[in-house]
Amino acid sequence: MSTFVTLLVIGLSEGAILALAALGFVLIYKATGVINFAQGEFLLIGAYSFYTAFVVMQLPIVLALLVGVLVAVVVGVVVERFILRPMVGQSHISIIMVTIGLASVLSALVQMFYGTQPRSMPPILPRGSVSILGGTVPVNRLWAIVICAVVLGLLTWFFQKSRHGVAMRAVADDQQAAMTVGISVRRVFAMSWALAAISALIAGVTLADITTVEMNIVNFGLLVFPVVIMGGLDSVPGTIVGGLTIGLVTQFVSGYMDPGLAEIVPYLVLVLVLLVRPYGVFGEKRIERV
Amino acid sequence: MPPGQPLLRVSDLTLKFGGVTALADVDMSVESGTIHAIIGPNGAGKSSLLNCMSGLYRPTSGSVALRYVADDVGRGRRDQPAASPEADIDSLDIRERALTSLPPHRVARLGVARSFQNIELFDHLTVLENMMLGRHIHMKQNVLTSMLWFGPARRQEIAHREIVEEVVDLLKLQAYRQKPVGTLAYGIQKRVELGRALALQPSLLLLDEPMAGMNAEEKEDMARYILDVHELAGVSIVLIEHDMNVVMDISNRVTVLDFGKVIGDGTPQEVMDNPRVIEAYLGAGAAS
Repeated sequence: MSTFVTLLVIGLSEGAILALAALGFVLIYKATGVINFAQGEFLLIGAYSFYTAFVVMQLPIVLALLVGVLVAVVVGVVVERFILRPMVGQSHISIIMVTIGLASVLSALVQMFYGTQPRSMPPILPRGSVSILGGTVPVNRLWAIVICAVVLGLLTWFFQKSRHGVAMRAVADDQQAAMTVGISVRRVFAMSWALAAISALIAGVTLADITTVEMNIVNFGLLVFPVVIMGGLDSVPGTIVGGLTIGLVTQFVSGYMDPGLAEIVPYLVLVLVLLVRPYGVFGEKRIERV
Repeated sequence: MPPGQPLLRVSDLTLKFGGVTALADVDMSVESGTIHAIIGPNGAGKSSLLNCMSGLYRPTSGSVALRYVADDVGRGRRDQPAASPEADIDSLDIRERALTSLPPHRVARLGVARSFQNIELFDHLTVLENMMLGRHIHMKQNVLTSMLWFGPARRQEIAHREIVEEVVDLLKLQAYRQKPVGTLAYGIQKRVELGRALALQPSLLLLDEPMAGMNAEEKEDMARYILDVHELAGVSIVLIEHDMNVVMDISNRVTVLDFGKVIGDGTPQEVMDNPRVIEAYLGAGAAS
């Protein structure tokens, strides 16, 4: 029982961070149709830009977060404007290759400035552990769950209710119709990339705080693929459930079976979902007519 | 724009797709307060002409110019009754803007709304959400203030909702308000699309075959709604239609296209009597 509670909390915290990272991916896919292979690198950029502001430049935490948000917005908008907009109308494969190239460039840039050594950052979230139902639970994991839940809630609300969120859904649904009611499709594209980068920033910083600031964040970011495939690529609730599922499955396999197996189990889930429900557990069943 | 004034002027409009000339030196003028029909055989270039007006197509040469009263557009207020014809035209700040160099969303902001031949609605959103999107251009919040539900954003939302509800009443869509548009019948979707365009409170409404694929009864209903919209909302309408009876019934003026050229322009009766029009529709020799 005690192991179970510990694994549950760790799994939920990693799942929540994953869901947040994956939501950024889904946002971009929904609004612009681009499959962004650089989402993991966005986490990396987020974590390192916060690290730079907080540790290297010694800014107070609020200011450091603002710097992080600013960098995220700029990176998102620049990537959309100068890398993806020229690709409008190109084939899906070409666009995917461009985002893979972008991923290499972004992680190489981080390595260029910071090398491959993990960096330590003073803890932001409270350390220590509490005992819940006999299990030892790190407090910062609990905080990570709370932070991700709040941000996920805000983003979902933004998407459902706010004027700009509704405009984003409209563009995802029918670009031509969106233009004729006066929505600037370009602005919506830029906004999706900026929001995706911000959600990646929050995911990246939270992850860096409960682990370390290092290149491995990219590998964690790769896990967004099992998550979004499971969620059905364009479903917000699907992404949240997918993130939590992948996080929990990984931790339980690691704790009860074998940590090595836990490394590959998300991808086994991915293959299984593709075999059984290729449109995802929550995805819309699409019949393409040619 | 007071009725009787020129509202939209198309001059020397040419549109080529590679070697195909879709429109060749088209000239036409739409007067404010009228229902202006564009007719012509299949492939005559009617939809292309409408797409040039709404900014979706960029013409090869020529221009489309819209005249508008600056105050109306600037403040996003077109809900007041249109100025009476007697109003002093000189006292209004009337401006002219070329639509052909603007992207579609800017054309919409100048007060030109449209519907499509093959219905372009947001299938996953409800009827109300679709129509609220029609209010998008009138909402004045930025990304940050729109995140705060309370205060100005909320008051605005309520004001916009009232206008949308009026449109819902006008088009008798009450029963479908909360339904996702994708689940509704074709005829209802056509009406929702008209409603969304109307929610923009446009000065000019472009309707691409609003009655396509309807039976006689549905067509009659749609014609009724279009006349109601024209009368109650005081909006000028340009519409493409195939059914000659409908065109004769509801339009004030008709422009006839054939192979991208204007072959007739005038009142419905003048157009009906035009030998070139009869020839285009019925073939050579029919006019004699």
